[in-house]
Amino acid sequence: MTFSLAELMTCAASRVFDDDGEVLATGIGLLPRLAASLAMLTSNRDLMMTDSQSFMLSTPNPVSGLAGHAGQANENWMGFSRIFDNVWSGARHALVGPSQIDRFGQTNISALGGTYSAPKVQLLGVRGFPGNSICHANSFFVPKHSKRVFVEGECDVVCSIGYNPERLPRGYDFDDIDIRQVITDLCVMDFAGPTHQARVVSLHPGVTLEEVRDNTGFDVSVSESLGETAAPTAEQLAVIARLDPDNLRAKQLKDDPPGVRAPEHVSA
Amino acid sequence: MNKLVSAEEALSVIQDGMTVGIGGWGPRRKPMALVRALLRSNVRDLTIVAYGGADVGLLCAAGIVKRVVFAFVSLDFMPLEPAFRRAREQGAIEVMEIDEGMLLLGLRAAAWGCPFIPTALGLGTDVIRNAPDIQIVDSPYDDKEWVAMPALKLDVALVHATRAEVSGTCEIASPDHYMDDWFVRAAKHSIVSADELVERDYFHDPAVARRVFWERNCTQSVVLQPGGAHPTSSDPLYGFDVAHFKQYASLIGDAGFKGWADAYLGADEAEYQQLVGGLDSIRALTLPVY
Repeated sequence: MTFSLAELMTCAASRVFDDDGEVLATGIGLLPRLAASLAMLTSNRDLMMTDSQSFMLSTPNPVSGLAGHAGQANENWMGFSRIFDNVWSGARHALVGPSQIDRFGQTNISALGGTYSAPKVQLLGVRGFPGNSICHANSFFVPKHSKRVFVEGECDVVCSIGYNPERLPRGYDFDDIDIRQVITDLCVMDFAGPTHQARVVSLHPGVTLEEVRDNTGFDVSVSESLGETAAPTAEQLAVIARLDPDNLRAKQLKDDPPGVRAPEHVSA
Repeated sequence: MNKLVSAEEALSVIQDGMTVGIGGWGPRRKPMALVRALLRSNVRDLTIVAYGGADVGLLCAAGIVKRVVFAFVSLDFMPLEPAFRRAREQGAIEVMEIDEGMLLLGLRAAAWGCPFIPTALGLGTDVIRNAPDIQIVDSPYDDKEWVAMPALKLDVALVHATRAEVSGTCEIASPDHYMDDWFVRAAKHSIVSADELVERDYFHDPAVARRVFWERNCTQSVVLQPGGAHPTSSDPLYGFDVAHFKQYASLIGDAGFKGWADAYLGADEAEYQQLVGGLDSIRALTLPVY
């Protein structure tokens, strides 16, 4: 059975929701949304999800080929102010794609370089990252694992709280911060190494630890049970195909690489 | 009380240096006709509070903004708002960059007359480091520290409703009223533009009355402006104008505010609507589906 890297990453990302129970799963971006939807249809049917607009759905919408919102499986109204009520209650797990992630698990989507009063590149702004990070579980999705994303120093603008002792608020400990997993195009990581160091949990088929280290701006530890990222099952691939009939997932990673790398060409 | 006035009359309350909150969200249901009227006025040094889109971008590009209080400025389908991005990268504006929820809490504090609302939002992040006017406080009830999100008091709020009645009762028929109710309640003076004008008995239907999110005494001026949210959406009447946003981004990128204004701003809203293809074409816009 063949599968693409995008499908492998989607399935790996869907697993972050497996043990969440009845929480709002929010995947921002096509593959994260596909991952959350896949989880809701397979491994955790208690998940809750919105239409990314104003309604909670009892079954997820497809991520492509939708003609309109009419006829979708609405469960309740869920306008943005009510999303905050949910966020602040803690019953949510967001899967998001930051522009930078540092060794503390802090992230950035606000701005890059320059000074704060005149950044070199203005990005989105902090959005809901500060609140999300102190209120509920967060996982990260990184389409291109590189030192540009996994930066050497701290993020240029720290938008979400991580495991940085210097920034830990008074009265808090690291158990109050809930960073789950990081799914990249090379591997799956978490922040469960010594003193919450980033830790490689599984490598995608054909990827080496050395390659992960070469593309990460900080030291990572390695899980004792380091293994290969599980291949998608036939059921998962069928659900993914149903959720994404227009195959937009094939356009999310450059050149839509296969999930199992072709062996390196060995010259004679 | 009849509160129906022209956009220009309504906006005459806005003085240099005031704090103006703008409702809507990104590319959705922004009071853009009111924003354009502001662009044609001589007012300057404004502080803008918004879940920002092209409203914030245009006001910054026009050079009439001193400070922006924001969590994001985005056109959604185009993640980075081109004019805001340029203003930031040029260091042309001061900012208070806060979490989306902190913005809501700041509006609520203003609405409720509280100096601040305690929250965990922002703890441990650069939101606090970069905003010296946001204080961290002790709690009388626990040993944790809390962010004291200050009231975001607005001099004026600008919002766009689907329908309004001249005494200020407003219906938002879109699936989300966003934080418009809190913008209105946080403001001393609120100006509502509406696509359609209705009579009082329109609200007798309880389903319609449930789509009224603030009381008429929170609305000081009503401006009738069909198509007034363009190029943002006014769901269910019309969607946002992806083609115009792309044109806007390209004009701002190539020729700055003047490039866009020369092509589209017009001397008044009637001329603007002609330049963008007319009201019928605005009404024919459909919402992109994600």
